[in-house]
Amino acid sequence: MTNWEAVIGIETHVELQTRSKMFCGCEVNFSADPNTTVCPVCLALPGALPVPNEEAIEGILKIGAALDCELVESSLFHRKNYFYPDLPKNYQISQYDVPLCVDGHIDIDVDGEEARVGITRVHMEEDTGKSLHGSDTGRIHDADHSLLDFNRSGVPLVEIVSEPDIRSPEQARAYAAELQRVVRALGVSDVRLEEGSVRFDANISVRPAGQAEFGTRTEVKNMNSLRSLQRAIAYEIQRQIGVIEGNGEIVQETRHWNEDSGATSSMRSKEESEDYRYFQEPDLVPLHVDGEWRDRVFAGLPELPSARRKRIVAAGVEPQAAATLVEAGDLADLFDHAVSLGADRKQIANWLTGEVVAHLRRNEVALADTGLSAAHLNELGSLVGEGALSSTAAKEVLGHVLSGEGSPREVAAARDLTQISDQTALDAEVDAVLAANPDVVERLRSGDMKPIGFVVGQVMKATRGKADPKLVSELVRSKTQGD
Amino acid sequence: MPVEIDIAKVAKLARLALSPEKLEEYGAQLVDILEHAERVGGLPTEGVPPTSHPLPMTNAFRADEVRPSLDRDEVLEQAPQSEGPYFRVPRILGET
Repeated sequence: MTNWEAVIGIETHVELQTRSKMFCGCEVNFSADPNTTVCPVCLALPGALPVPNEEAIEGILKIGAALDCELVESSLFHRKNYFYPDLPKNYQISQYDVPLCVDGHIDIDVDGEEARVGITRVHMEEDTGKSLHGSDTGRIHDADHSLLDFNRSGVPLVEIVSEPDIRSPEQARAYAAELQRVVRALGVSDVRLEEGSVRFDANISVRPAGQAEFGTRTEVKNMNSLRSLQRAIAYEIQRQIGVIEGNGEIVQETRHWNEDSGATSSMRSKEESEDYRYFQEPDLVPLHVDGEWRDRVFAGLPELPSARRKRIVAAGVEPQAAATLVEAGDLADLFDHAVSLGADRKQIANWLTGEVVAHLRRNEVALADTGLSAAHLNELGSLVGEGALSSTAAKEVLGHVLSGEGSPREVAAARDLTQISDQTALDAEVDAVLAANPDVVERLRSGDMKPIGFVVGQVMKATRGKADPKLVSELVRSKTQGD
Repeated sequence: MPVEIDIAKVAKLARLALSPEKLEEYGAQLVDILEHAERVGGLPTEGVPPTSHPLPMTNAFRADEVRPSLDRDEVLEQAPQSEGPYFRVPRILGET
């Protein structure tokens, strides 16, 4: 029985969120009506000339720098020639032998096992239009025509090519997720898989463990979630092993992942489609990234997710909570801000990863759409610290602050949630419960402290949860053990 | 220096259906062009820095500013076929 090892490399396409397209001034707007953000350049009308968007070049350099790449001093645009209706020029402007960024890496962690995945290159190109097949029947194979929308044509697209350093579907998923976090932290793309602003293709082969040469690879496309990326790779590895163990041969080809059937199927043979006849784009002059520009890009990088997670964990927050905060960068921003105001780190982390995340999910809103601020979190922490709010009441207050009812102090007052931590106010409540339950008093006096919880519960009920349970418990003890 | 090209493959990549006569004719013309390029390539160029572009320029950029796009009706009117808000083209056989 052969022990098989998978060898996986991932090609990632990221659409940059610039205002205008890569080579023309048409708006980048994914909700625009079909074919309303098009012009002679992105429709490839005769005589139109491309001019690169400087913001997009800044964007790709940020990505390259964040992946610890070398930013190449002199690079070029090339034409990648192929025929497909969503490509109006019949070539895509891309980069070939001298891309803008080379030789970087990303560190990943799968269940505590760390691995480094090399980044071969990061290059700049343009997105294609969108084709709709068989609009009449909705079935691709019945269609005798395609419909085209060129709004996406010419949107800045960054391709990130990994080394074949990935060995399992889990690692592939961890790589993709971390890459998404890094790009999101840079603010250059929203990298949403389901909307296609990030797309992952996987190159997969298998070989007997210990063998140096790679097996024949296939490229798998059409995974629109991290889960389907992992599933598709797991399926393809098993399929390849099955073919080889059945004395078959792997054909180098592109395969299409089908989410519903949970299988990959052959799309087209690669040999024929891969003669792209690259040549230098004569309409574009070379790119030159000098030392000053490079230094400025590296100096301008924000704190990256891996460093941020480590810092938050070092501050005493559980690794899982730190990961949740950093996953949604705005939560970590709020955390950092609240902590800078003096709030307790663990308490803030608990609220953010508990009540706040639950509120956002339940109401399908973004953090920015809620009424919550760092000052609110700090104030809520103070109220708990002063004993004015029980931890249960604090969570309730937090919920109303999120809904926009005001500051924690305002909500606590308006909703009458302030905890009773005034001894004289609770004395009467405790006395009343004890008077109504002489049997309980008898047990407490005889040293059986079990019913203390019952008394506290009754007082909490009588005060509608506002009593400070710790204080009530102390009062019960002093009243029954005192003499 | 003789140059060999697979003219049938070149035609196929360019999606051109050429008759055998045309293949021969264009093949001969392309060979002429490539042989000329070979001759240029044989010139003594020691000391001449490699040039990727005739213009002595780099980084000709534009600012990230939105400019008006074309009117859709006008654009679609120019196309051989359209359907609703879309361009319509024959399906590429064998590809989906």
